[in-house]
Amino acid sequence: MDGDRPALRRTARAAVAGVPLVFLAVFFVWPLAAILERSLVEDGRLDLPFDVLVARETLDVTWFTLWQATASTALTLAAGLPLTWALARFSFPGRRLAEALVLIPFVLPTIVVATAFLAVLPDALEGTVWAILVAHVFFNVAVVVYLVGAFWGQLDGRVSDVAATLGADPARRFLAVTVPLLQPALAAAAAIVFLFSFTSFGVIVILGGPGYATLEAEIYNQAARLFDLRTAAVLALLQLAAVTAAVAVAGRLERRLGGGRTARSTPRRRPAGRERVVVTLVVAVSLALLAVPVAALVERSLSVPGGYGLDHFRALARETPALLVTPWHAVVNSFLFAGLAAAIALAVGLPAAAVAAGRRGGWLGMLVLLPLGVSAAMLGFGYLLAFDEPPLDLRGSPWLVPLAQALVAMPFVVRTVAPALRAVDDRLREAAAVLGASPARVRREIVLPLVAPALGAAAAIAFAVALGEFGATVFVARADWPTLPVAIFRFLGRPGAENVGQAMALAVTLAGLTVAVALAAARARAGRGWRP
Amino acid sequence: MTRLATVCCKVLAALLAVAAAGCGGGGETEVVLVTHDSFAVSKDVKAAFEQETGLTLRILQAGDAGEALNRALLTAGDPQGDVLFGVDDSLLSRALDGDLFDEYRSPTLDAVEDAYAPPDDRVTPIDHGEVCVNIDRGWFAKRGLHPPRTLVELTLPRYRGLLVVENPATSSPGLAFLLATVAQYPDRWQGFWRKLRVNGVRVVDGWEEAYTQQFSGAAGSPGKRPIVVSYATSPAAEVIFAGKPLETSPTAAIEDGCFRQVEYAGVLRGAANDEGARKLIDFMLSELFQADVPGSMFVYPVRGGVPVPEAFELHAIRPADPLTLPPEEIEAGRDAWIDEWTAIVLR
Amino acid sequence: MIRVEAVRVALGPRSILADLSLEVAAGETLTLLGPSGSGKSTLLRVVAGLQQPTSGRVLLDGTDVTPVPAHRRGVGLVFQDAVLFPHRDVGRNVAFGLAGAGKEEVDRRVEALLELVGLTGFARRAVGTLSGGEAQRVALARALAPAPRVLLLDEPLGSLDGPLRDRLQDDLRDLFARLGLTVVHVTHDVAEAFALGRRVAVMREGRIAQVATPQELWRHPADAWVAGFLGMRNIVVHDGRRVVVRPEAVQLSPGEDGTVVTAERRGPSVLIGVRCDDGRTLESVTTALEHPAPGDRVRVAIDPSGVIALDTEEPA
Repeated sequence: MDGDRPALRRTARAAVAGVPLVFLAVFFVWPLAAILERSLVEDGRLDLPFDVLVARETLDVTWFTLWQATASTALTLAAGLPLTWALARFSFPGRRLAEALVLIPFVLPTIVVATAFLAVLPDALEGTVWAILVAHVFFNVAVVVYLVGAFWGQLDGRVSDVAATLGADPARRFLAVTVPLLQPALAAAAAIVFLFSFTSFGVIVILGGPGYATLEAEIYNQAARLFDLRTAAVLALLQLAAVTAAVAVAGRLERRLGGGRTARSTPRRRPAGRERVVVTLVVAVSLALLAVPVAALVERSLSVPGGYGLDHFRALARETPALLVTPWHAVVNSFLFAGLAAAIALAVGLPAAAVAAGRRGGWLGMLVLLPLGVSAAMLGFGYLLAFDEPPLDLRGSPWLVPLAQALVAMPFVVRTVAPALRAVDDRLREAAAVLGASPARVRREIVLPLVAPALGAAAAIAFAVALGEFGATVFVARADWPTLPVAIFRFLGRPGAENVGQAMALAVTLAGLTVAVALAAARARAGRGWRP
Repeated sequence: MTRLATVCCKVLAALLAVAAAGCGGGGETEVVLVTHDSFAVSKDVKAAFEQETGLTLRILQAGDAGEALNRALLTAGDPQGDVLFGVDDSLLSRALDGDLFDEYRSPTLDAVEDAYAPPDDRVTPIDHGEVCVNIDRGWFAKRGLHPPRTLVELTLPRYRGLLVVENPATSSPGLAFLLATVAQYPDRWQGFWRKLRVNGVRVVDGWEEAYTQQFSGAAGSPGKRPIVVSYATSPAAEVIFAGKPLETSPTAAIEDGCFRQVEYAGVLRGAANDEGARKLIDFMLSELFQADVPGSMFVYPVRGGVPVPEAFELHAIRPADPLTLPPEEIEAGRDAWIDEWTAIVLR
Repeated sequence: MIRVEAVRVALGPRSILADLSLEVAAGETLTLLGPSGSGKSTLLRVVAGLQQPTSGRVLLDGTDVTPVPAHRRGVGLVFQDAVLFPHRDVGRNVAFGLAGAGKEEVDRRVEALLELVGLTGFARRAVGTLSGGEAQRVALARALAPAPRVLLLDEPLGSLDGPLRDRLQDDLRDLFARLGLTVVHVTHDVAEAFALGRRVAVMREGRIAQVATPQELWRHPADAWVAGFLGMRNIVVHDGRRVVVRPEAVQLSPGEDGTVVTAERRGPSVLIGVRCDDGRTLESVTTALEHPAPGDRVRVAIDPSGVIALDTEEPA
């Protein structure tokens, strides 16, 4: 169908799949292999401490990690779907702003959010598992809104209309028609939220306290603090196995439904009648809940001796002993790094999405998720071991930061764009081909405009992920090139009202700039004319 | 979409240019310092070093002292940098056993006070800090209570539910505090901790959570507990960074139960620029650097006769006789002590 | 113009098209008629180049185009359901196949094409605002824009209502004649097939059962199945042979041969179902205004000119 000869087509496809595979091989598999080898291979023999695997503590920790991740995922989906519905199906003034605001929790470093949460959480919840679950929902709602929303916008609304004529009320229509159609995107979002919650570290540690331990926290303890690499490595392998299983299950779920193939997607419309009330309620309540911790942050950033003022913000442009550069520099660094990381993630993720969207490409969509499920501590160590000589002597290079961030952001690109690609009706491609369009022209003029919204969403969320990334960055960052999360962390590591205030001011700046970028991206998308 | 693409490309180009410019040094013209998160140096002091030696100083910092050490152990023989700074007494044995350093005895070592003399030729002391219990003055004053003045008073019922400490398994000051109790009560420290547990001690993972979120005395903290394990210099920091002039510090440090930590630096074995490394260590013992140390890192200089900022004189304490333990003893007992502590306090 | 030689399309063990050969002359309109699942759409896709045959060849104007991909065959295809590009307006949909021409030239041709299909002035309309019939016409204009040598239509009138359908049928017939196009058009509707096609190819389970003009088909259906599909369901055994009786050859008058069971008026004609006393059922068609009603006793007479001998034995 496309390409002159089947052989040429196969080579082209292999080359396209090769881009993400090479990226994963170099920046994921190789460092991981390096640290595992160092931890588990003694005198050329594999030395797996099986006793750790079957120890009581390991089983307890694994069980807790599993169920809190599952609960977090379920809660996040439940909490996020109403908001996604409102933002994806309707147009109303302020919609784009609301969509951008949802990203804020996602980019804020855990320690900042934890501070805010502690300020607003009722005492009874502090240190309980509910604090952890609520925090997970707070962080991950953005994943649902962006991944599911992009897909929802492409569904054919006529199917739901048919159900209405058959006597189904809105609730039944939602559950019996819309949700099944959304399954691919739901599975994609659920997989990512699960992985994030599974490998969650800061939230567990700060909000849960020492009473709760997850695999990731244990691995970090063993590797980075106690330097017991053997135990850390075997726990990391256990974590990787659990993650791979979860990803495989998610993939099966996704494959079961082919996806809402339509030539017509229903454009957004103004909410009418009772819908107006519901939409307003949903958006207002969701945003209010998300805003509460953020409001606490803003309040702290503005609180100066004697009331409120902008002193902390003004201080961002000044030198401070906490950093080698002015804090404003950290803001600029973060944005440059995140932009670069998003670009790399797109460059690597788009070919992966193209392959993953194909009939037999599902495995690649699964493979790219694995970096999200691997312990950041082990991977960081792996970087130290693997990249120590040319041609990849990257250990001290600032390039490692965007590369590490891109590794984490790439799955989002794939998971956002692949379902959208799959949803493009084959017949549209065929219609174009029959009219004389070469495969390249079909991609350029038919496929690309139809998936443009998904591309925009992918870029925005990749940028946000890179911006808020802390785990891997902290391992490879250089003091003269600090990123925002690192700078905030350093401020919070020093006592004093000014330091805390500046940390809060930086966090608020981070949030504000993220919203601005997200809005600009949305506007650039819209400027192209057609939007679903 | 095209507009976004153009913007992206411009950003990329800018970043590439900047990165290329920054990637200048390497080898003979720069010296790399590997250290932990708490390291800091004033810009002009850093510039002075660079000007004096003609070398660019690059700093790689992440994690706390233990984590920085572990990263160095991981890359022993093929290190990330030239000098490792931040190994303290509790970690020293591990560092030495891991054969991390090349021997170097700085000529400026003579200026260092005897109390801080290094136990081994492979490391050079740079600063010392004390981990002490801090209290929130205002909290106690408001309730008309006397704050605790000794370690043992922390177990009294009148201070129930007021203390927050860090987990020694995951926190450096937490470990120091545990070592303090081991040093203070060599045979009875387990009982001490049992009493603390009964008295409602709260344990958190690290200093940030303990101080900025649990401690009521920290500026802007939502915390409600007025007793925390922190540093002897923390009260001075509260004054310096208050944003407005303060007569007295809102917090104070208890002298009883302070544990001394001396921080060392060493030339990493296999360093790319060992001559530069030696120059850096010499510089770190110079008066200029030593005088900068309190303001930047909130620890005290080891060099004799170096003036300390006024705020420190007024608000921080300088324990005359803090608790210590020999590094070998720490190395031998640490893991077992932490396990025991975990069983007593957390389970 | 179009020659399909021994084409086979297999999906696993199943054959969707089995050893199928067909020829369409230049300027001719051929209809592919058959029930769903007979493979007609697949055959269309094979000719268009959207489906590679497992074996066999496709030739266009004498050239073997089997290895040529769809976008280079110069074959136009109008889908069932229009399948317009949702992100382009009507004019830009139609203009899609006109790459390489200057803007003015393109606009001119788009206007001309829209006029041809009766949608003057629709160029700037958004695709989502079109009715089914309008969308289908746009799809037609779009397919005609690159001046293809062959036009394929997949059930183009399927989603349209009665009068609209008839009108479009007439329009299409005129259009095809005017443009001198070679057309293959697929449908499952017998009346539509007879109206549009000069020849009709009846397909069954991946093979061609019979190719003939509508008149020939009606006069001599190849076997019982074709007869049944075309609407001739009176299969009887006469003198030991199986024959088909055309419904209009079954004449009814009051009598005692059988009872009328159903009588449905279909526009100008009435379809009457009779249950004979000997157990056989027969269908009769009449255009008389007065006709027997259900329950009436009738006499059945068969006009011998309406009896067709079946050439092959086919299980009914």
